[in-house]
Amino acid sequence: MIPDATALTVGDVVAEASFALTRDSLVRYAGASGDFNPIHYRDDVAQSVGLSGVLAHGMLTMGLAVQPVVDWAGDPARVLDYQVRFTRPVFVDATDGATVAVVAKVGAVDPEALIARIDLTVTFNGATVLGKAQARVNLA
Amino acid sequence: MSVNPELQGRVFPPVAPYLVGREKVREFSRAVFATNPINHDPEAARAAGHHDVVAPPTFAVVVQEATLAQLLAEPDGGIDFTRVVHGDQRFSYTRPIIAGDELTATLAVTSIKSLGGHSMVTAESTIVDAAGDHVVTAISTLVVRGDE
Repeated sequence: MIPDATALTVGDVVAEASFALTRDSLVRYAGASGDFNPIHYRDDVAQSVGLSGVLAHGMLTMGLAVQPVVDWAGDPARVLDYQVRFTRPVFVDATDGATVAVVAKVGAVDPEALIARIDLTVTFNGATVLGKAQARVNLA
Repeated sequence: MSVNPELQGRVFPPVAPYLVGREKVREFSRAVFATNPINHDPEAARAAGHHDVVAPPTFAVVVQEATLAQLLAEPDGGIDFTRVVHGDQRFSYTRPIIAGDELTATLAVTSIKSLGGHSMVTAESTIVDAAGDHVVTAISTLVVRGDE
């Protein structure tokens, strides 16, 4: 069922989720995306460029963060536009992994076009890792 | 070497067409934790009005990648890959990417700005289908760190 755009109020939480990332997740994303930058699977390479260790691909964080919105809207085709700014790295510990939490809220609604702007708050270790994370969703 | 300001406005030749495979869509979907049946199951996709599985919203990065490789390899570009950090990313869709699509991407450098010793390069990849109709535009801002 498609959410009723006219019933949405700015600030409503429409979806929440958390994602447990492991090093396996990063290897899987590397293979699926073709991004084999070794800072996403080798601590020594990450440390050689001044990072504390292996970090998740920004595009992996971006990719998973929109999934709660896709499930709320009911169809990935409803996402018309999606943008983020990468503000902080998500370090993925070799044994403990990392947990990324997503809260999706209504940022704006166009009741004529039945399009909602959903704003995402994406956090790791209590700090936001994406800025201006917004998806425009067709609810017509 | 620093980023060549003359890159601004440069339009690159289209890259070779990318054929979107159903299994690639599923593989990418698993990688980004996309569990919606429309990403995985052709029957579910058809029931929702699509002729095959629908790619997740960030799948266009796979198609865009070859255009960014062109940019980084541009002989007079002055972009040192080891100094590049991904700043922003955006995807603007006219229609979703569906398995079976043959997509062609064309890169344009729309802006080069300097900010505190760094360069911000905005690269826009326009992705069209086999009929030449617009599917999605993928926009990346790359931050190229200056010499320390």
